[in-house]
Formats: sequence, structure tokens, C-alpha cells
Amino acid sequence: MAKITFKNLAHSYLAHPKSPNDYALKKTNLTLEDGVAYSLLGPSGCGKTTLLNIISGLLMASEGKIYFDDKDVTFLDTVDRNIAQVFQFPVVYDTMSVRKNLAFPLKNRGEDSAYIKKRVEVIAKSIGMEDILDKKASGLTADAKQKISLGRGMVREDVNAILLDEPLTVIDPHVKWELRLQLKVLHKEFSHTMIFVTHDQTEALTFSDQVVVMNDGVVVQIGSPEELFEKPAHTFVGFFIGSPGMNIFKADVMHDIATIGNVKLKLKSSYKKLTGKIELGIRPEYIKLSEDSGDIKIEITRIEDIGYHKIVRAKHQDMNINIIVPEDIKITKDFKYASFDTNHIFIYQDGWLVEPMGGSHE
Amino acid sequence: MNKKSLKSPIIMLIYIIFLMLPIYWLLNMSFKTNEEILGKFSMVPDNFTLHNYITIFTDPSWYMGYVNSISYVAINVVISLAVALPAAYAFSRYTFMGDKHLFFWLLTNRMAPPAVFALPFFQLYSSIGLFDTYWAVALAHTLFNVPLSIWILEGFMRGVPKEIDETAYIDGYSFFKFFRNIFMPLIASGIGITAFFCFMFSWVELLLSRTLTSVNAKSIGATMTRTVSAAGIDWGVLAAAGVLTIVPGILVIYFVRNHIAKGFALGRV
Amino acid sequence: MNKTLNQKAWFLVLPAFLLVAFTAVIPLMTVINYSVQDTFGHNVFSWVGLEWFYEIIHSSRMHESLGRQALFTTIILLIEVPLGIFIALNMPKKGFWASFSLVIISLPMLIPGNVVGTIWQIFGRKDIGLLGHTLAGLGINYNYAENILSAWITIITMDVWHWTSLVVLLCYAGLQSIPDAYYQAAKIDQASRWSIFWYIELPKMRGVLLIAILLRFMDSFMIYSEPFVLTGGGPGNSTTFLSIDLVNMALGQFDLGPASAYSLMYFLVVLLVSWVFFTVMTSIDKKGDV
Repeated sequence: MAKITFKNLAHSYLAHPKSPNDYALKKTNLTLEDGVAYSLLGPSGCGKTTLLNIISGLLMASEGKIYFDDKDVTFLDTVDRNIAQVFQFPVVYDTMSVRKNLAFPLKNRGEDSAYIKKRVEVIAKSIGMEDILDKKASGLTADAKQKISLGRGMVREDVNAILLDEPLTVIDPHVKWELRLQLKVLHKEFSHTMIFVTHDQTEALTFSDQVVVMNDGVVVQIGSPEELFEKPAHTFVGFFIGSPGMNIFKADVMHDIATIGNVKLKLKSSYKKLTGKIELGIRPEYIKLSEDSGDIKIEITRIEDIGYHKIVRAKHQDMNINIIVPEDIKITKDFKYASFDTNHIFIYQDGWLVEPMGGSHE
Repeated sequence: MNKKSLKSPIIMLIYIIFLMLPIYWLLNMSFKTNEEILGKFSMVPDNFTLHNYITIFTDPSWYMGYVNSISYVAINVVISLAVALPAAYAFSRYTFMGDKHLFFWLLTNRMAPPAVFALPFFQLYSSIGLFDTYWAVALAHTLFNVPLSIWILEGFMRGVPKEIDETAYIDGYSFFKFFRNIFMPLIASGIGITAFFCFMFSWVELLLSRTLTSVNAKSIGATMTRTVSAAGIDWGVLAAAGVLTIVPGILVIYFVRNHIAKGFALGRV
Repeated sequence: MNKTLNQKAWFLVLPAFLLVAFTAVIPLMTVINYSVQDTFGHNVFSWVGLEWFYEIIHSSRMHESLGRQALFTTIILLIEVPLGIFIALNMPKKGFWASFSLVIISLPMLIPGNVVGTIWQIFGRKDIGLLGHTLAGLGINYNYAENILSAWITIITMDVWHWTSLVVLLCYAGLQSIPDAYYQAAKIDQASRWSIFWYIELPKMRGVLLIAILLRFMDSFMIYSEPFVLTGGGPGNSTTFLSIDLVNMALGQFDLGPASAYSLMYFLVVLLVSWVFFTVMTSIDKKGDV
């Protein structure tokens, strides 16, 4: 188990990077605490696999340093970092039985056979495969093979961290939740640091204690799923998390009045003078609709009834607004006004959250 | 870096030298006169001469051999592809009565020893008046090339989803138009590889091309082997002829090299 | 892909079917015809039943040729397959050198059989060949025209030179299809180079290896031009393999009856071994996936 720290870590796949755009991973300072289950969430190409491979040592960062606890492992080979990695599709040794697969890393290290036998049985039990230990690995289902991959990673007791690179990609949807559950159980049992890379927000939000959101090579926010939802530190987080994501409007802010389009909204607190690209964000969950009064006059274009809630698509002039309405409230096209809950309005400058003067609001 | 990264290049270098050395020697000889070849022994020609090549290019009994060979090989590639494409399509998209047996039967022909067919072909093509023509050799070679072509093409076609066909039909394409405008570009590397293999097998085949030709369609292989039995071997010219026989192979490889690399990436040879 | 049942597909297959049938069936029927008849010349034939088959099966001539052929094929397989795998493992995986290597090693395969024979015929001669000259200079008694061992070694080296690249290319294709993740996982598992080969690379190459072995078996069993040009089947009979023997009988001596019976037996042997390989191949193909 180890704490993982990045100091000024950056990576470019080019030999001579010239501009920030040449970097797959831009300068990052980050600490991942020991024993915590993290998700690394972001769209394709955001740098999450690069980051993962730098942690595992399959990729050596072109700049900066990475530490396990206090040890500088930047140039340390994968083998010496004591990590386990599970890949997008199952990697098992087809010609070997489940037992031999699980025993393989220990055998390569020269551990004695009694110890190997014991470890294999312990791990086989925790992944639920103790009954099929002597079956050949090649004939099993994809999720069974992923479990073997996982087990093979955990069979070494001194594993520093378990890295999972979109491991549920090839798993059938109805089995995915079972594997996710298994991962959570394993985490509770063995307390490894786990880093789970995914582009699926549901996976990230349900699996981990902390989510690291990345976009375009930058770590945009780390926080619990609640924090990410309630207080996005970046417009990307707001937009990416939630279905639909946060509504983001171009805005002008003067003290405690925000102007979107031709509508003036009173904010809960005052802001100092802001320059650059100013945006106002509010989640669909925090907009109320009314037939007769409200902050903004809107026109409802579509109502999608999902069952447990409704998604209302509306327009004000040329701005699109999404509203989420609980299932018990009836909405018709006659609802012409929307009001924003000021407790959940956020102002962003060049994408990043701005705190109002006098401290943040809860 | 580490010594492991030097091992592979050295091994490859040794292998490549092993492969190139005899060819280099042939090349070397092709630029020498017979006197020099038989008189002394040198790694590089002392008196570099193009005389051997000139002989080949000016003497019809030599250059016609090339013309003939290229002709029947070209005809063979065209015929083989023309019949193999629809057949491979059928095997990849449809099941029909006897399809597995048909496929296997076609493959067995690829496994037929040419020696077995030497005599019967000789008699067959003589009896239909095709002896000593390009058609005889081109048709004879389809025995091996058509099954191989179908086998390779079917593998590539399997990789193209049937949905593309269905979409094209819904869009109003006739079968022929769909095949030519949509399907064939998708399997372009497969066609390239197939053409390459057909060319390769037909160009290098000696026994049948020698048996079925005598004067008019004499293949270059026949020309070279018959020269050997003549009184006194013209080593220089023979070497030059050999070098020239390798040239089409080099050209073909050069032109399809991208398709070959792609084809290997797709995993079906 | 789900194939749909459609008998009309026969129309698509028909041209290929007719063409191959024409080139295969008619000649084969001729061969079968001759194999059960005897001729006294001038196109007069008489039925002799299975007499030729009987004679051929019991002829020492056929046994000897078959023996030489089997020995030859076995030896070249034992050399070309491991060597091909070894070279494939050492080929560059991508970039300029990869394409360059692929092109260069393909060259010997594109040389017509008789030119291959000619190249080695020249290469091995004491007077004008680099190999012959060098060996003679080292005091080694090497003469492929008179010495049986020299002839065999030359023919085998010639075939290895000619065709190993086929095995290399096929194994290379197989290796390319192994996803990087397997190597990365093996690294994490601290697997030795041998383990990587034995547990990852070799199993994944099973399919292409079988194709390579099958192709090399078939082609080497039918080899004609290269040994014919190099040694003409000699010295004596020592390098007369099945095809050379058959052609001597059929086109040289015009012994139609025995030659035809010989042909059929020859064809049957090739078919049998190929069928065995094919069945093994398809059953492995079905088992080993994902």
C-alpha cells in the first residue's frame, strides 16, 4: 500500500514538445492517498490512460517526478514498483489452468510452493473462483477472465496499488454491476489503493470514494461524487457529470447581478470584477418551473418522461435550458417561467470556479 | 541501451546476408564476360560489362521468354481474380447446398502435385489445340490459383459486415454496382495480396509452363532450362536472365508493400 | 457473421467451379483411365484392373523415392519451422526497418524454382561459385554433382534459403496480432523471456504455424524444379524425389499405366496428410479464441 504523489509531472509523446498542445498530460501536482479507491474519469483522449501507465511504469514520464510514499520511482521499472494492472480486455494465460494463472507471478519470484498454494486459495476465494481452480482458463467467460486478471494482480501481498484500465469494457452489461460490487468488496477486504480508469460517469460515481476528473491532459477536479455533483470546480466537470449535465450560459457579472442574454439575475453573494470568459452554471435539478412567474421567460420545446423524473428542454431566445423535474410534479407547455435556485448558481472564469467575495457559499 | 536490443538486429543482419549472398553472386556474374567467369574468381567484376543483358534484350529467343511469361501470368491473375471474387463473396455471405464440401474440394486442388497433371494437361491442351499458347499455361495455373484466391479473399470478405451490403441494396445499388463501387474498395488490400500470391505462384511455376509450351509461348523458365542442356553453358547470359527473372518479383513487392503490411495487420494471410 | 441460406449463391460460385472442374476433373479422369489400362502403342488399350497399382505399391523404385521424399520433407520442416519462428521473433515490429525487412526477406520466395536451382548450381561450384570456391579453399571435399552428402546438404540449404521466409512472414503476422497488453501484463508478472514465448507467443501463433507447416509440407512434397536443375535427381538417384521420379516415368519414358497409378497414389498421400492437418487446424481455430 502506498501514497502516490506527482510533482510537476507532465508527459509528451513527442520528442521535442513546443506548445502545451503537444502534451498528453499537462503539468500535474497530485496526491493519491493510500488505501483509497479512486476513479479516473474523463472523455477519450483526456490523458487518463497516460496517467495510469505512468503510475504503473509502462510509460516513463517525459517530465517531472512520481513518488510512492517517499520513494522516487520516476525511473523505476514496472517490475520493481509492485503494482498490479488489469486491462481493457482479459489477459489470461490460455494454456494454463486458473490455479496456474494465479500462481504465475509468485512462481516467477521464486516463492515456495506451500506459500503459493495458500495465497492462491485465499485469492481464489475472494474472487469466488475456488471451485474452478483447476479448470483451463481459455474456456471461461470474459468476466471470469477479468476476475482472474484481477486475482493475479492481487496475489502478491506487497502490491502498492491496483490499476484498472477500463476493465469492464468487454463485460456484458448485466454482469458489470456484479464485477463492480466484487471490486468494492475486495477493496474493503484488502484496502489496496485502487485506481479505476473509465469514461463512464456512472461507473466512476458508484465505484469510488474519490473521483479524479480529467480533460485535455489536465486534472480538473478531485473530490467525492457528491462534491463533484454539488460544486463542480470546472465547467467541464459540471457538464460531464450528470445527465444531462450542468447548464452553462455566457454571462456578465457585476457585483451581485449576473446578466445572461437580456435577463438579469440576483446572486446570493457579490463578486469582484471579473475578466476573461465568464460563464454561469446551474444544474437542471436546481431550476424550478412555474406557469406565471419567475426569473426567465422560457418556451418549452420538449418534455421527456424518464419515469423517476422528467427532463424538460426549453429555450430562452437562443439559449438552451435543461430542467429536471421530479416525477410527481406535472408540467405542460403552459409553464412559461423558470427560476434559478441561487444557492446552486456558480460563476466560472475561463472554465474555473470563482468564489464570491467574502468566502464561498455552502 | 541494454544488450538485448542489439541481439535482434544482429540476427536479422545475419539472416539477410544469408539470403542476399547467393543473389549478389548471381548479380556479380551477370556483369562479367564468360571468359572472366571461367578464368578468374572475383567478388566484383573486373571488367564490368552489360554484354549479357544486351544479348537478352536483343535476342528474341531470350526476350520472348519474358514476354510470354508475363503474358500468361497476367492472363492468369485476371482470370483467377475474376472467378474467385464472386465465389469468395458467395462463401462469405451465404450457405448453400454442398458449400462446405465445395470449399474443401477447391482447396484440395491447391494440394495437387503438378507432376500428376503434367502428362494429362499435355494431352488435354494438345487435344483442344491450345498447346503452346498463353491460354494453356494461364488455364493450367488456375487449378492452383483459383482455390488459393478464394481462400484468401473469403478471409478478407468475412471482415466486412453484411450490414454494408444490405445498406447498399436498400439505397438502390444493383449487385454489380455495389460490388464494384463499395465492396471492392473495402477489400482492396485483400485483392492486392491475392493478386500478389497468384502472380507469385504462376511466375515461379516451372514444370507445367515447360510442359505446355514449346516455341511460341515458351516461358522464360523453359528457355533457361533448355539453355542448360545446350552445348556449353553461357553462364553470363544465364546469370543475367536469372537476375531479370527476379525483377518482376521485386516490382510487385514494391507496389503492394503497403497492402501486404496492412494485410498482415488484419491477420489473414 | 450469420450467413443466409441462398441456393442462388451457386451462380456466383459457378464460374470458379466450372473452371477448376475443367482443369482438374478432366485430367484426373484421364489419369484414372490410364491407370487401369495397358497400351501396346498406337492408342490400343486393354483393361488391366489394379495391376499397375499393385506393381507400384510393391516397386522398390517407388519406395525409394517415397523414402527420399519423406526424409527431405522431414528435415526441411525440422529446420524451417524453428528457424522461421526464431527469425519472426527477432523481426522489427514497426517502422521503416519493419517494411524493409519484410520486403527483403520475401525476395527468395519470388524467384522461380529453376532460377533458384541455377543460383545454387552456380553458387556451389568450385570454379565459379562463391560457396564452392570458399569451401574448396578451406580444404573441404564438397561436390554436389558427385558426392551424395554434398548434394543433400546443398538441396536442403537451398530449400531453407528459398522458403524459410514464408514461415517467418506467417509467424510474424501471428505475432503482430498479439495485443500489447499481454506483454505489459507479462512484464508486471515478472515473466521470463522464455515464459513469454512459451505461454503467450507460441499459443497465439498456433493457427498461423499450422498453416505454415501445412503449406511447407505440401509444397516440399511436390518439389520439382529446384532439385531438378541443381542435380537432375543425382548423383545417381540419390536426390530423385517423388515428382522428379514421376515425371521421368510419365514424360520421359511415357509409361502411362504405371505413371498414372503412381500419380494417383502420390495425390492420395498428399490429400490424406493435408486432410489431417486441415481437420486439426479447424478444430484448434474453433477452440482458441478471445
